[in-house]
Amino acid sequence: MLKRVLFRNRWLPYALLFPQLLITLFFFIWPASQALVQSFYATDPFGLSSRFVGFAEYTRLLADPLYHNAVLRTLVFTFFTTSLALAAGLFLAVYADRVIRGQNTYRTLLIWPYAVAPAVAGVLWLFLFHPTYGALALVIRQTGVNWNPLLNGTHAMTLVIVASAWKQVSYNFVFFLAGLQAIPRSLIEAAAIDGASTFRRFWTIVFPLLSPTLFFLIVINVVYSFFETFGVIHAVTRGGPGGATTILVYKVYADGFVGLDIGSSAAQSVILMALVIGLTMFQFRYLERRVQYN
Amino acid sequence: MRKTRFATALLAGTCLAISGAMLPAMADEPEGVDPAEVPEDRTVINWWFGLTGQLGETTMEMVDTFNNSQDEYFVVASYRGDYAETMNATVAAFRADRHPEMVQIYEVGTQTMMRSGVIYPVHELMADMGYEVDWDSYVQPVLGYYLTPDGDLLSMPFNSSTPIFYGNLDLMAEGGIDELPQTWDEVGEAAAALRDAGVECPFTTGWQSWVHLENYSAWHDIPFATQDNGYAGLDAEVVFNETQTADHIARLADWAQDGRFVYQGRGGDAHGAFMGGQCALYTNSSAYFGSINRDAEFAWTASELPHEAGQEPQNSIIGGATIWVLQGHDEEAYQGVAAFLDFVASTDNQAWWHQTTGYVPITVAAYERTLEEGYYEEHPAQEIALTQLTKNEPTANSRGIRLGNFVQIRDIINEELENIWSGAKSAEDGLNDAASRANEQLRRYEAQQ
Repeated sequence: MLKRVLFRNRWLPYALLFPQLLITLFFFIWPASQALVQSFYATDPFGLSSRFVGFAEYTRLLADPLYHNAVLRTLVFTFFTTSLALAAGLFLAVYADRVIRGQNTYRTLLIWPYAVAPAVAGVLWLFLFHPTYGALALVIRQTGVNWNPLLNGTHAMTLVIVASAWKQVSYNFVFFLAGLQAIPRSLIEAAAIDGASTFRRFWTIVFPLLSPTLFFLIVINVVYSFFETFGVIHAVTRGGPGGATTILVYKVYADGFVGLDIGSSAAQSVILMALVIGLTMFQFRYLERRVQYN
Repeated sequence: MRKTRFATALLAGTCLAISGAMLPAMADEPEGVDPAEVPEDRTVINWWFGLTGQLGETTMEMVDTFNNSQDEYFVVASYRGDYAETMNATVAAFRADRHPEMVQIYEVGTQTMMRSGVIYPVHELMADMGYEVDWDSYVQPVLGYYLTPDGDLLSMPFNSSTPIFYGNLDLMAEGGIDELPQTWDEVGEAAAALRDAGVECPFTTGWQSWVHLENYSAWHDIPFATQDNGYAGLDAEVVFNETQTADHIARLADWAQDGRFVYQGRGGDAHGAFMGGQCALYTNSSAYFGSINRDAEFAWTASELPHEAGQEPQNSIIGGATIWVLQGHDEEAYQGVAAFLDFVASTDNQAWWHQTTGYVPITVAAYERTLEEGYYEEHPAQEIALTQLTKNEPTANSRGIRLGNFVQIRDIINEELENIWSGAKSAEDGLNDAASRANEQLRRYEAQQ
């Protein structure tokens, strides 16, 4: 399914890439290099004085057990958010693909949450699950669970994972649906004639053919969990209770943006980046091998 | 393989950039006045502030009044997000040399601002611009928070409040309580009665560090940190884990376990639960007066903060924000700034501001005017903050708190208090952890100076 396009003119492809590269340079590469430089300096907020400190910020962070916890917490958060968002997206796509009547309505409704800003999504979920005035919190409490995300770290983490995953389900849904529709019907029908059950057809034919989509979505979802879930966390828990939902990107914000501790915050960004690059490389190396592009 | 490398590079760039982009402020276009509306013949002065809702509207109204009162200067006030965002926007703007003449900064940013080297101290500015200000006519506990060791004023107090004690009379009646208890022991008894009567949230608080650590210490004249709470030197260390304050937190922890104290979240989040009629007893900033006075759908009352039996209360300390003047502008602009600050401190403006918002007046004259007008007879709750602040001559323990990295320290305290309320840590362990983490921030700040 890989498409190749050949350009006759040597320069045309570069010219077409140029605007995007320019944007990348100014909005990504340049600020990123600033963060890298900043991480080696102790700077006052207003930037009047700055002192080279080498790797001091890094060694301080790496020796800090609280930072280790934040790294671990981020990995747990990312694992659950990604798994939940992917599983739900795939499940919905498989069923939406089978729907015959009202397809467009279902699809529109399923894509809807993607249009909701993370902060708004966070507020919505908080409204439903706030221990004092949340409608659904009341239901949970009636089942005997002492639901309190304001003080219970596990409850808070569950809430931000579900809210973050909910935001991303739509995106996954769209890609899975497109992937499903690209699978030739004849393959599935042939298998059905051979007597393969629905379950078997899914796992032996559909799922392997979806693997490029799945791989792409894993990478995207991991990056989403690492960075874009900030809005949800800020709106729902502000990193609390007791730091239970302070994932790395939230710590970068709290220390850098609010606390104006620019050196440490920059070092944290660099570590965060290294972590995501490492994870992505790992994915390309080990997961992509199992992807079937043809 | 090429594809892999490219994708990795792209992702790497994206990730680093997203995190890098967190640092410079996401400076939006200022909200507020359209440049076309600024009269051409006036000197424009920019002021960034961080108040929303009723407080934001009142601020804009005040600026309009100033602009209409004279024809030389025109203050353009723009909302720049909450306090933290406003401060961050200021930092970013200063680095880009596009900073405003004036900015509103919250009290926890005081140390950072005063040592920043970018400010034009207000006492100097007023003197340079030819204003003779009688600083003695100001409410001293308000001013004291922002003075240099030599007694010079650094920033102009604008919105100052102090925590007071509120009660929902309707709910209190359910537990047979008809007035607010005065001592903490009595609060405990009242909360128990309310809990037993079925009140879901007998006692709660907003701004837990500010009310139950910082103000509790000042109110009982005990130190929050060494070196006069940080005023006397950068080598201060917090001591709230070793004082009577620790006993207070341990008591609240017990209450959190037995249902007398119900935690409602950080910052002012508890206000929603109080306004929703869920909580009976409530400690929070006097600045919520405006909101309660306008919107409460129940009978309510307010009083001074509770104190320990057998101990006379000292005075409480303020919170809120002040107006800082930044360097790098011309004389004409500073003339305008001085005129504006003079207007802010005027008796007319202060009396109006105090009565409309619930913040305390910054001058004695504005207080006396409000008193003479008989305003407090109708709104006795509005006088509580002032009587609390002026209860006694402030001591080294009750003047205020001046610590570096105070924003982080408040956050650390929030985290550890949550661990204490949930029972994950004992009060002793939680406070010891909070203190050692806070002291680490203090040493870090000291080393950077």
